Amino acid sequence: MMLDLLSYGAFFLATALSYAIICLGLNIQWGQTGLFNVGVAGFVAVGAYASALLTTPAMVGRFGGFELPITVGWVGAMLAAGLCAGIVGAVTLRLRADYLAITTFGVAVAIQLVALNAQGLTGGPFGIGFIPRPFAALAETPLAFELVHLALVGGVTTVAFFALERLVRSPWGRVLRAIREDETAAASLGKHANFYRLQAFMLGGSLMGLAGAVQAHFIGFIAPDNYVPALTFQVWAMLIVGGSGNNRGAVLGAVVVWGLWSLSGFAIGVLFPPGQQARAAALQIVAIGVMLAVILLLRPRGILGEHRTISRHVVAATE
Amino acid sequence: MTLQFLADGLVMGAMTALGAIGLTLTYSILRFANFTHGDLISWGAYLTLTLAAIIGMVLPSGSIGPFSFGWPIVAAGLVAMLLTGLLALALDYLLFARLRRHGTAIILVIASFGASLALRSLLEFLYTPSPIYFSRELQIAIPLGAGVRVTPDQLFTLGLTAVLVGVMHLLLTRSHIGRAMRAVSENPALAGIVGIDVAAVVRTTWLMGGALACAAGVMLGLTVQIRPYMGSDLLLPLFAAAILGGIGSVPGAVVGGLIVGLAESLGVQLIGANYRAAIAFLLLLLVLLLKPTGLFGVRP
Repeated sequence: MMLDLLSYGAFFLATALSYAIICLGLNIQWGQTGLFNVGVAGFVAVGAYASALLTTPAMVGRFGGFELPITVGWVGAMLAAGLCAGIVGAVTLRLRADYLAITTFGVAVAIQLVALNAQGLTGGPFGIGFIPRPFAALAETPLAFELVHLALVGGVTTVAFFALERLVRSPWGRVLRAIREDETAAASLGKHANFYRLQAFMLGGSLMGLAGAVQAHFIGFIAPDNYVPALTFQVWAMLIVGGSGNNRGAVLGAVVVWGLWSLSGFAIGVLFPPGQQARAAALQIVAIGVMLAVILLLRPRGILGEHRTISRHVVAATE
Repeated sequence: MTLQFLADGLVMGAMTALGAIGLTLTYSILRFANFTHGDLISWGAYLTLTLAAIIGMVLPSGSIGPFSFGWPIVAAGLVAMLLTGLLALALDYLLFARLRRHGTAIILVIASFGASLALRSLLEFLYTPSPIYFSRELQIAIPLGAGVRVTPDQLFTLGLTAVLVGVMHLLLTRSHIGRAMRAVSENPALAGIVGIDVAAVVRTTWLMGGALACAAGVMLGLTVQIRPYMGSDLLLPLFAAAILGGIGSVPGAVVGGLIVGLAESLGVQLIGANYRAAIAFLLLLLVLLLKPTGLFGVRP
């Protein structure tokens, strides 16, 4: 019993941390740069499918199946999703912020359509199976498998987290925030705003792709239904709850919201008869939607909020 | 290839146009991309369905003339238009108005995206995800010549759209509140200074947008089917139509809606129905690349 609980805890945390990677990607786009991406699910899907095509065994009637190592799949996922973000960004970043929102929404719809219909590439509605799971040899002992898996996802999250922390505090990160706060001022200092925006958008997109690949190899199976707007919405809720602009907030928000999501799913399992559970699951999304609205109204900074960035010269002068 | 796609495209375009008018008005007057607009369409259809069931207990429910629906649906539709408008007002009061006071426009977009998923999931919970129909009656399509056939309901949809668009045009160009709405869309601060009641303009905009969304939802329910996702699936065509026509322009939204509808039905005929939703997206990308102000718009 104790071991089951521990095993579930590891499984839960690994899932939450895979969301945290998506959330970190959204934080570099929205939190740091102010780019509004409503197509998160699309970029996650591109990463998941790219890695699946690179690493699965060949299958008759479907492109891909190169049986490459998992690491190659993950790098491929980052490249594919980053490239996808680059194309979207090149077209829309010069336009108004809300046009980016509408376009990314459209991108996610289009990617979902390709996943559903391009059978020769994506397996269509049935998706892609037999995605190799890292440390599959341990699958005999669930606890060891979950723990090793948690260590792997946790490791990827940690590397992403510290790399981003480093970037955010670098001159590059300061330019992003300067553009977000006052584009004209940043431009007058010779910063090419749209070029920086494009870099941030691509970096965020490639992280989302990496997270998609990590999730795909965790479960071993992907299908178009995994990448619906509800996923985008969960990730947004995670970032807003944790505190956008703050990488710790992004990770914390992912764990908190995924915890609430799992709890509410558990509650529905207990409260509703089996026949009504699928229907009642819709209430979970209603609850998260209401929570997002309430946070935006009452505590727009989220739990942690963004650190204020003040020049040390200003601090020295006022002390 | 037959010319049938013209008739189907016009009918779909008419519904898209009605939705896009509401979207373009809220976009230009309240200054944010409202992702809940599609869900107002679904709510309008479900409200009409529910009210028609109640009214059907009192009024005789036989169908009118050649149409598939009877007086209960007409009466329910009118009440539901008001209710959908009130739903939009309630959303504004609870969420958008509070965020407008402090915070940037883009926060409103996040809030509307969240509210949109909540509204649609609530419908899914209340009515289940399976599609429903206003009427199970089969309609015989009338041949119009050149191999084109339309059902009486489709003709009704086209006629009603024409009437509603005409009424909207007169309202916006001839009435006091219409002129006030255009003034606020040009410059809210200046409109406030010359004594225009901006709050009343905002209320009217939501009421009109909600009512037109409901009308589009009822038409979609009559000619296709009613599903919790019917409106959100229409969101991309709506945005494409509003941006193609130029944000803030009602004639633009109508022309944009018709173009999107025709392009979709032509695309379905050429490449099949699987990629239907991508057609509106491609149109949207083309407009954003070539002429982001749209056909009749001024603001980039």
